[in-house]
Amino acid sequence: MSVSAAARLRHQIGFDLLIFRRNPAATFFTVVLPLIFLVIFTSIFGNETLSNGAKAATLYVPGILALAIISATAVNLAITMTARRERGILKRVRGTPIPPWVFVAAQALAGFAISALMTVVIIVVGRLAFGVTLNAAGIPSLVLSVLIGAVSFAAIGLALTTIIPSEDAAPAVTNAVMLPLYFISDVFITGDQVPDWVATVGSLFPVRHLSHALQDSFDPFFDGTPWPWNHWLVIAAWGSAAAAVTLRGFRWTPRR
Amino acid sequence: MGAAIEVRDLHKSYGGRAAVGGIDLDVAEGEILAFLGPNGAGKTTTIEILEGYRTRDSGSVSVLGVDPASAPLAWRERIGIVLQESEPVAELTALESVTMHAAYYANPRDPAEVLDVVGLSDSADQRTRKLSGGQKRRLDLALALVGSPSLVFLDEPTTGFDPSARRESWTMIDALRQLGSTVLLTTHYMDEAEHLADRIVVIAGGLIVARGTADELAQQVGASTRITWRPDPGQPAPPSTIGATIADGRASIETDDVVGVLHALTSWAVENGVGLDELNVARPTLEDVYLTLTGGGDEAGPTRSGPEPATGRSRPRDRRASRGSR
Repeated sequence: MSVSAAARLRHQIGFDLLIFRRNPAATFFTVVLPLIFLVIFTSIFGNETLSNGAKAATLYVPGILALAIISATAVNLAITMTARRERGILKRVRGTPIPPWVFVAAQALAGFAISALMTVVIIVVGRLAFGVTLNAAGIPSLVLSVLIGAVSFAAIGLALTTIIPSEDAAPAVTNAVMLPLYFISDVFITGDQVPDWVATVGSLFPVRHLSHALQDSFDPFFDGTPWPWNHWLVIAAWGSAAAAVTLRGFRWTPRR
Repeated sequence: MGAAIEVRDLHKSYGGRAAVGGIDLDVAEGEILAFLGPNGAGKTTTIEILEGYRTRDSGSVSVLGVDPASAPLAWRERIGIVLQESEPVAELTALESVTMHAAYYANPRDPAEVLDVVGLSDSADQRTRKLSGGQKRRLDLALALVGSPSLVFLDEPTTGFDPSARRESWTMIDALRQLGSTVLLTTHYMDEAEHLADRIVVIAGGLIVARGTADELAQQVGASTRITWRPDPGQPAPPSTIGATIADGRASIETDDVVGVLHALTSWAVENGVGLDELNVARPTLEDVYLTLTGGGDEAGPTRSGPEPATGRSRPRDRRASRGSR
């Protein structure tokens, strides 16, 4: 009689991925733009072989990957879920027997699926075009970083919808929050080029911890331990706080 | 037949203003009931309380035997909702949209068949953003029907449509009758209520002011038939026994004895060689009845005796101008 939650989740994730694929803005900012940045960075900053034997692009890849994950989750959800709310789409879903948590969890898991795909794409492009290598020892912590990052930033995107008043305001609010964070979180500019106070401010927020957790996984000398627990904890703390905000304030009906 | 919906003394206020001021409502199983009233009358507030979207201040509500305020998700298996305003997911086709919704239900209808019922089969593979307004509304209905509901809510299904799109939608809503669903629809079009519904409940100012079939409503208002013609100034006036009043160059008689009055009038006209130019016998239009019931026609109503009593009045066209029920 009753449809299993797992079957409903799979079904909804499938449709959410289809919707994502057909949304030109979402695919551009999540799939195309990070690859463009990777090419631009290696062109501007060069891709010489460093003293440790790694290619310089190895420094850019984790930041680019963080950008792709955040676009696939926080940015994408903040914008599309606000639009769906204001267009009455969420209200209609709420009028059906699908459990609300299944519908919302599907959004987060679709974001994770896109993040996982982008991880593979960026690794392959980095490898083929710029000689970036990933040690087998780094794979488990990379997978966990992508998972923790995607789920936490999905929650952050849902929490953002609670303060976004309208569909028009969604891209502006989301970018106003995320763009400055990218610059102080070693996404666009890495390492020694940033002053200490910027790094300190950046480490209060989850973006920097995601790019650093990914950096650790790409480190040529990383032997698989220790895992970047400190970064994961900060990301997960932000994700949990965002989930609490979402549970309290998420709206299914239009604000207008 | 049992009751699909039972409402007793329902109250709801927003910021001290009563949107719904104590209404009773019964909808029998298999019945199509129209909830008719002007903007801000409390229609959407009431229907959204029945759908479980809004809470009530007081009163009792039972929808399919369940209180919507505390209904489990399983209750939603049995109801279908067409919201007043909702858009389809732009990236999906019509068929994909219905397929996505079908999986929300335990025993859905076949999505392609549902599109057929609402007449969208030819547009099944169109992206929803390319559908016309009327087609989008039909997709709304398909999404509401795919779960095979026994009760369907339609909140202003044709507002904003041109006349031909409205006619099309009526055909489609008529099809619900064949499916045996109970339907509660809101509208501010009297002709829509008359055409679609078994019974009409008229709401104004948060209170129910009349209920019954269209004919019963006309009787409740007690509107008389009006006989009018254009008298020739050169001809004698009719005798006072006929009871005609002359204004704006037209003579008119209001009566419930149409045959008797017409006989007296035409006999007098034949005897005196008077031509009754533009002789017209008109039953009160349903719109007259509606405006009388909802208080919208008081100013322009019975005291004026223009040639076409129904057309000179304003009717609530633009819902957005006065969405008091939000």
